[in-house]
Amino acid sequence: MSWRSCFYFLRAAHKTLYTLQEQLGLLGRSGIRPSSTMAQTVTPILSVLPTRGLVDEKFKVALENLPPRFPVTLHSLHQSEDKDYWEAFGYYVSDDRGRVTVSEDASLGGTYKGVEPMGLLWSMHPVPGSRTGLRLRKMDVQSPMVVLISAYKGHAFEGFREQPPLASALTERWYMAPGVQRIDIREGGVIGTIFIPPGPGPFPGVLDMWGGGGGLVEYRSALLASHGFVSLALDYLSPKVAVADDQSLVYFEKAFNIIQQHPQVIKDRVGICGLCLGASVTLNVAAYSESVSPRCCVCISGSHVLPAAKSLSYVINDGYKHMDKLLVDEQNRMVWRHAILPITTNPDEKLDMGRIKCPLLLVNGDDDQSKATVESAEDIAKMMRAAGNEHLLTTLNYHDAGHLIEPPYTPHFRASNFIIQHLQQKVLVLWGGKTKPHADAQEDSWQKILSFLREHLYPCPSSSIPQAKL
Amino acid sequence: MAQTVTPILSVHPTRGLVDEKFKVALENLPPRFPVTLHSLHRSEDKDYWEAFGYYVSDDRGRVTVSEDVSLGGTYTGAEPMGLLWSMRPVPGSRTGLRLRKMDVRSPMVVLISVYKGHVFEGFREQPPMASAVTERWYMAPGVQRIDIREGAVRGTIFIPPGPGPFPGVLDMWGGGGGLVEYRSALLASHGFVSMALDYMSFETFKTHDECLSYFEKVLSIIQQHPQVIKDRVGICGLSLGATVTLTMAAYCKSISPRCCVSVSGSHVFPYGVSLAEVFQFKEMDMGKARLDEQKRVIWHDMILPIPTDPQRKVAMGRIKCPLLVVNGDDDQNWATVESAEDMAKMMRAAGNDHLLTTLTYHDAGHLIEPPYIPHFRASNFIIQHSKQKVVMLWGGQTKPHSDAQEDSWEKILAFLRQHLYPCPSSSLPQAKL
Repeated sequence: MSWRSCFYFLRAAHKTLYTLQEQLGLLGRSGIRPSSTMAQTVTPILSVLPTRGLVDEKFKVALENLPPRFPVTLHSLHQSEDKDYWEAFGYYVSDDRGRVTVSEDASLGGTYKGVEPMGLLWSMHPVPGSRTGLRLRKMDVQSPMVVLISAYKGHAFEGFREQPPLASALTERWYMAPGVQRIDIREGGVIGTIFIPPGPGPFPGVLDMWGGGGGLVEYRSALLASHGFVSLALDYLSPKVAVADDQSLVYFEKAFNIIQQHPQVIKDRVGICGLCLGASVTLNVAAYSESVSPRCCVCISGSHVLPAAKSLSYVINDGYKHMDKLLVDEQNRMVWRHAILPITTNPDEKLDMGRIKCPLLLVNGDDDQSKATVESAEDIAKMMRAAGNEHLLTTLNYHDAGHLIEPPYTPHFRASNFIIQHLQQKVLVLWGGKTKPHADAQEDSWQKILSFLREHLYPCPSSSIPQAKL
Repeated sequence: MAQTVTPILSVHPTRGLVDEKFKVALENLPPRFPVTLHSLHRSEDKDYWEAFGYYVSDDRGRVTVSEDVSLGGTYTGAEPMGLLWSMRPVPGSRTGLRLRKMDVRSPMVVLISVYKGHVFEGFREQPPMASAVTERWYMAPGVQRIDIREGAVRGTIFIPPGPGPFPGVLDMWGGGGGLVEYRSALLASHGFVSMALDYMSFETFKTHDECLSYFEKVLSIIQQHPQVIKDRVGICGLSLGATVTLTMAAYCKSISPRCCVSVSGSHVFPYGVSLAEVFQFKEMDMGKARLDEQKRVIWHDMILPIPTDPQRKVAMGRIKCPLLVVNGDDDQNWATVESAEDMAKMMRAAGNDHLLTTLTYHDAGHLIEPPYIPHFRASNFIIQHSKQKVVMLWGGQTKPHSDAQEDSWEKILAFLRQHLYPCPSSSLPQAKL
């Protein structure tokens, strides 16, 4: 077998890169060199460092060996687990030394502008011709997100498939740091996944819950474990989990105990983090549970407006009862934020925030079209002020951010497809937010969430330990 | 007491290329708290290697390895990468070990831990306060690895991601033999199509010409690859591989390298015979080999004095391409510094010494590898033709040798980029701003 046929045979083994490249027609079967003479005189060197990073790690994309003042487009391409293609691009001009440094130079146009080191990730959107209402989520956290970064000649806004790039580099983005363990939890009816950082521990713990879309969403937990927290991603809405009709908090208390009792967890250092419906559950547990008390709580895009001591399915159904307040915009997207407005003054219709005994961090976007989180946060502050526990509250409001405030650099989308679980109905939901402010909110809030969790869950070093004499 | 100290240990990047620097940091310690940072790696041969440094946290309870000073251990001073390059086999290990990654498709996994106090032994007996795992890769994502088996040619080609075309590099290791891929994998991670060649295990050549045509064939394999720029192929060799490199640069007729890198090599044909005869494993004149007090073999004097007879060395005057020569002046295996001086003399006489750049690293030894790989002054070695197992003295002092690896690698990459990557044409229309 000649080496040439070896090459073509083994090419198939490198599925990820070649699936992308073959789709884009970049490498013809005959392996023809780029035909343009101009391309042959421009052989830039493209680098991405680190080549393999955590999802929340910044990277440095740089080009060198270009002619001076040469226009290029930097392009990113990712094929999601759902097999859709997402891309972003920025326009640059090389400096007098023929270099482009994305972390320092300004993008002159494309899907992002200005000096944006991570623009090639957070400004991604589905490529033209894609299905509509897409959302980018990594469900398998044991493999990385693979992103192809390419440099094209000139300032292109389309036709990335038709022309070969000047250069490409592949980078991996991981939710799990090396050494993080992933363990399926099926215990006493509780369904979830626990992630444990490397090392002997013991570690603080976090119970981590997503929103009303349901399912077992692991990526934030995986990332928390990569930052030193034992984290349990909890599935609390699937039909398998018969909790929806449960009027008590038993399921969540069980899940909390699973973390607390783990041999590598510091018993009195377990917190709860939730988004959307998960945030409401978080507040419910923090305020009303008699058997568990979280050390601190993080509520992202959540609300306290839900009747206490009612089952989750009651809560969910209740939300959809206010159909007159559920708007549909001109693009047929559901706008749910008005469902709880105005914020009720009836104490039976919301959680008693005066009962909260631990530090609480609220993270909201003021362009949230799905839930009136900013108004809820104002009411929470009012209730806590009246109850005298307001010193526990920290609120972060991000201007022009939407509902889905995720870990950093994940693309923003103003609306996406959503299945209303109990109705099994597929709709298009408007989450809100403008791309750049939303991406900034994700980056900033994640840092603050990690600091908050570290501050309250990692024991302060004892000052009575003998110190080194220098 | 361990329970009241829960430091947070981080390593960035969590997964890096072998030549990428990392940042190891500790926080949430008490202020002015003594700790030991420790690294542990289990090699493919199942030996354990470790390094450690002593630190004291600052007033905010932090240790930042890239900025703070190690007060002792296997390295001292402000050494961001000391936890890697100062590694050595753990106490009780087999002797004469050498750390090499033969499977480049998987990473080197290193466990970084922090221990209370300043510890120099007993790392297995006490639990650390915290640990982190980091991966070190020779292959960047997207680099392809392809086996080459074409007639007598046995090697591995590594291709960078992207459409190309790319410059090419023929990459050869030393007389220890085998197919050593890691430098090629790393070169491909930096944008060069690179071929690692196993040139020691093939049929013997009868003549010098037969030998040359074998290497010309290898070079043409790289040149003809559809993703390689035909006139931009260079050669890089270490030790005996460097001698092969110089031979090719001087004598190949139908094909010529664009540039060459010779690491710890000599233009003097080893054992006093031509290259073809070297590969025929003729009787070597081992008379000048010495043993040191620990019975380690020193081959340094074998080619000394540098012969004046032109038949016994590569005709350096015939070299027509830029040549980078990298040596350590504590090389105990080969008289590379003396050779480099003679090379320069020959090239000066021939009028081509403008092509020559020589880097001599003080107190570096023979095995100048990519950065952050541990240094070892001697290791087990099997002499190919006699199959005799000895302990070979390579030389070098750990810190200077590691600095040499780091600095020379940067310079080798810069040299290859400069000569193999086409300069962007200045006649291209430029953006009007």
